[in-house]
Amino acid sequence: MGYVWQLWADGPTILIALFEGALLAAVLALMAAGLSLVFGVMRVVNVAHGEFYMLGAVAAWFIASQIGGSPAVSFVAALIVAPLLVGALAAMIDITVIKKVNYDPERTIVATIGLLYIIQQGTLMGFGAVPRAVEPPFDHRIAIPWWEKVDGVWEMYWPWGLSISTYKVFVIVAAIVIISALRYAMTHSKAGLIMRATQLDSETAQAFGIPVGRVYAGVFGVGCGLAALAGVLILPIQQAHYLMGGEALLSSFIVVIIGGLGSFGGTIIAAIIIGMTDSILTIFFSPIIAKIVATLLVALVLVFKPTGLFGTKRQ
Amino acid sequence: MLLQTHGLSRYFAGITANEDVDFDLQKGEIRALIGPNGAGKTTFTSMVIGRLAPSKGSIIFEGQDITHLPAHERVRLGMAYTFQITSVFANLSVFENVALAARRKMRAKDATLTAHVTELLEKVGLAGRGEDLASDLSYGHQRLLEIAMGLASAPKLLILDEPTQGLAEAEIAAFKSLVRSLVPETTVLLIEHNMSVVMELADTITVLNAGQTLAFGTPSEVQANAAVQSAYLGGSEDA
Amino acid sequence: MSVTAKTLSLHLGLIAVLFALQFILGPYQQGNIARIMVLATYAIGYNVLFGYTGLLSLGHAMFFCAGMYGLAIPMYHFSVPAELAFLMALAIGAGFSLLVGLLALRTIGVAFMIVTLMFAQAVYLIILYAAEWTRGDEGFVLVQSTRTLFGVDLTDDTAKYAAALVLFATALLFTLWLVRAPTGRVLIAVRENEDRASLLGYDIHRHKLIAVVISGTISAAAGAGYALLFGNTGSTFATVQYSILPLLWVLLGGAGTVLGPFLGTLFMYYLIDYAADVTNAYMLIAGAALVALTLFAPTGIAGTVRKHLWRWLP
Repeated sequence: MGYVWQLWADGPTILIALFEGALLAAVLALMAAGLSLVFGVMRVVNVAHGEFYMLGAVAAWFIASQIGGSPAVSFVAALIVAPLLVGALAAMIDITVIKKVNYDPERTIVATIGLLYIIQQGTLMGFGAVPRAVEPPFDHRIAIPWWEKVDGVWEMYWPWGLSISTYKVFVIVAAIVIISALRYAMTHSKAGLIMRATQLDSETAQAFGIPVGRVYAGVFGVGCGLAALAGVLILPIQQAHYLMGGEALLSSFIVVIIGGLGSFGGTIIAAIIIGMTDSILTIFFSPIIAKIVATLLVALVLVFKPTGLFGTKRQ
Repeated sequence: MLLQTHGLSRYFAGITANEDVDFDLQKGEIRALIGPNGAGKTTFTSMVIGRLAPSKGSIIFEGQDITHLPAHERVRLGMAYTFQITSVFANLSVFENVALAARRKMRAKDATLTAHVTELLEKVGLAGRGEDLASDLSYGHQRLLEIAMGLASAPKLLILDEPTQGLAEAEIAAFKSLVRSLVPETTVLLIEHNMSVVMELADTITVLNAGQTLAFGTPSEVQANAAVQSAYLGGSEDA
Repeated sequence: MSVTAKTLSLHLGLIAVLFALQFILGPYQQGNIARIMVLATYAIGYNVLFGYTGLLSLGHAMFFCAGMYGLAIPMYHFSVPAELAFLMALAIGAGFSLLVGLLALRTIGVAFMIVTLMFAQAVYLIILYAAEWTRGDEGFVLVQSTRTLFGVDLTDDTAKYAAALVLFATALLFTLWLVRAPTGRVLIAVRENEDRASLLGYDIHRHKLIAVVISGTISAAAGAGYALLFGNTGSTFATVQYSILPLLWVLLGGAGTVLGPFLGTLFMYYLIDYAADVTNAYMLIAGAALVALTLFAPTGIAGTVRKHLWRWLP
C-alpha cells in the first residue's frame, strides 16, 4: 500500500513526464514519419534526415529574425516557409545526388553521410556555433491541480511547477493534425495513389506512365520537409544549433526500426511508445542508461526481428 | 543410387511449384529434366542443390538425407550446379573464376592448380582466355566458363541448368562431346530446352508438368508418350 | 617481372620510403606521418571488411575503441606493462568483433549498417557512462613513463615513428598476404557474388565472420597503437565520426586495394589538417569528398590506377 501512496504522491512528476513524453512523441512521430516515408517508397535510408530537421529550425530562426514584428506573425511565416524551403532543397538534392547513384541502397547511405556533413558544416560556416532561440508565438501556462489526503480528507491543491505550456499543447495537436492529414492524403488523394503505386513496383509504375523520377524527388522533399517541420515546431522550446541533427537522427532510426521499416502505422505507435517511455524512464534512471538500453534494443530488434516490433508486413 | 527425392513439394504463397516429386538418379547416367515453361524444373533443381527449402519431402544424396543441409555443404558432398542465368564472377579473371571453384577441393600448390585450371579451360574451349575478365567474355563463352566452374571440383553430380542457351551450333556440338566424356565418373542432370541436345545426350528423361512428374523413360519412350506430346502442344485431348 | 615480384617491390618500396622519410622530415611532419600510419592501419582493418568482403560497417569506431581502452584501462588503472596490455587489447578486439559479427551477420545490407551503427553508439554511450574508468568525454592521458615497449621509450619521436611504421607495415603485409591467399580470394568471391561462392562449396557466413574478426582485430590494434604512441584516449574516438572516417579514407584511396587505405588516409589527413587552419567547419571537406567519390570516382585512387594502368594491383 505504501508503494501506491508513494506513486500517488509522485503523481504530479509523472504527469509532467507523461506530458513531456507526449511532446517528444509528437516531434519524433513527425520526423520518423518522414524517414519512414522515404524508406517505404524509395527503399533508401536517408542518413542526412536529422540535418533537415536542424535546417528547419535554423531556417525558421533566420526567417523569424528577418521578419521581426510580433512573435506570432513571424513564427507563422517561418512555420510555413521554412519546411517548404527545406523540402525544395531536399528535392533538388534528390535529383542531383541520390538519383545519380540510382537509389542503390549502400551508395545512397554513403552519399547521404556526405550530405550530412555538408549541411551540418555548411550551417556552422553560415550561422556559427551559437544556439539561436526564438520566442514562442504564444505561451500561457495552464496550472493543473492535484489531490492529497490531509487528515483523512481529500484536498485539491496546485502543486508547484505542475503546469503545461499552451505552446507545447499546440505542438502535440499540430503533429496529430499533420500526421492525420498525411495519412489521409496517402490513402485518398491522387498523389497518394501514385506514391503507393510507385512503392509497390516502381518499374510497373513507370510502364504505366507514372513519372517515377518526379515522384521520388517529391517523396524525398516531403519526407525531409516533415523533419524540417518538426525542427520549426521544436525551435521555440529547444533553440536551433548546428549539431542538433545527430541525436534526432538516432532517435528517429530507433522509432522507425522498432515500428517496422517502412510501416507508417507502426512508426507512429513506436514514436508514442518511445517518447513516453523515454520520458518516464528518465525519472527513475539516468538518461544515459535509458539511451544505452534503447540503442541496444534497436540493434537486437534488427538482428532477431527485422520486421520491427509492430510491423507485420514483409517488405 | 546417387540421388533420390521423396514427395518433394514446394508452394509459393498458395501456388504449387512442385507437388510430390519422387525422383531417382542412378550413378553414371545422363538424365534430362524437361517440361514446358513453368513446369517447375528450376524450382526442383533449386531444392536439390539447396538454394530453396522444400515445403515438404526429402532429398537423399548417396544414402544421406541432405534435406536440411545448406547449399555449400551439398557442394562439399560432391554436387555442382551451373546457373541458368550466367552467374560468373564478372569482375574477376576467367582463370580466377575457375581457380575459386577448384581451390576448395585441391588445396594444392600453385603450379598444380594452374595446370588443373588451364586444362579445364582447354576442355570447355576457353584456352588462352584465362587472363581476360569474365565480363569481357561473350554470353556463350560465359556459359562455357560456368561449365568449367562446375567441373572444377570434380563433382559426383553435375546439375546443368539450360547450359546450351545462347551457344552457337559449333559450340553445342563441342558441349555434347564434353558432357559425354564426363560419364560415368560424373553423373549429369541436364535441364534443357533444346530437344536435339536432350535426345542425343540423355540416357533417360524425366518430364515435369505443372509441378508433377508426368513421364519417365528413355528418349524414344518419352517421345512416343501421348501425355508428353499433349503437355508440350498444350492440347486438351485425353492422354 | 612476375606479378608477385612487382607486387612485393611496390609494397616493400612504400615501407622503405616511409622508413627513409624520417631522415628527411622535420619533427612536425614526422609526427604527422606517424599518426597517419596508425590511422592508415585502422583504415587497412576497415578495408578487409568493406573493400574485400563487401560489407559496409558504420560502427568500426567500436573496434578501434575496444583496442584503445583494452590497452589504456589495464595500463592506467592496473599498471599492466605495455607489452601485455597490447596483447590484451588484441584479444579484446578479436573477442568483441567475434561477438558483434555473430549478431550483426544475421542481417544483410542496410540492416547490417544500421546494426553496426547502433552497436557502436551503445559502445560510445557506455564509455560515457563508465566515466569512472574512462573519464568519459575528456578521457585520460597515459603516464609518460609507462609508455615503453621492450625498454624503448615511445614518447621519443624516433621511437614513436619506428613503432608506428612497424604497426603499419605489419598490417599492410598481412593484408597483402591475406588477399592473395585462398581465404582472401574467397572473401573477394563473397563480395563479388555471394550466391555463386556458396554454390562453389564455400561457407559464406563463416568467411564473413572471419572477415569481421580480422577487420575488427586490426582496427583494435590501431586503437591500441594510437593510445600507446600518442598517450591519450577519449570518447571522441567512439563517435560516429570515427566510424565514418575509415570509410572515407578507404573510398578515397580505393576500396579493395592493399595500398588504398594508406593513400586515402594520407590525402584526407592533410586535406582536413589544411582545412582546419582555414575554418572550424573542416568536416565540410569530408562531406564533399564522400559525395564526390560516390558520384564520380567509386573506385578511388588505387582502384583507378588498377583499372587503367596496373591490372595486377592487389
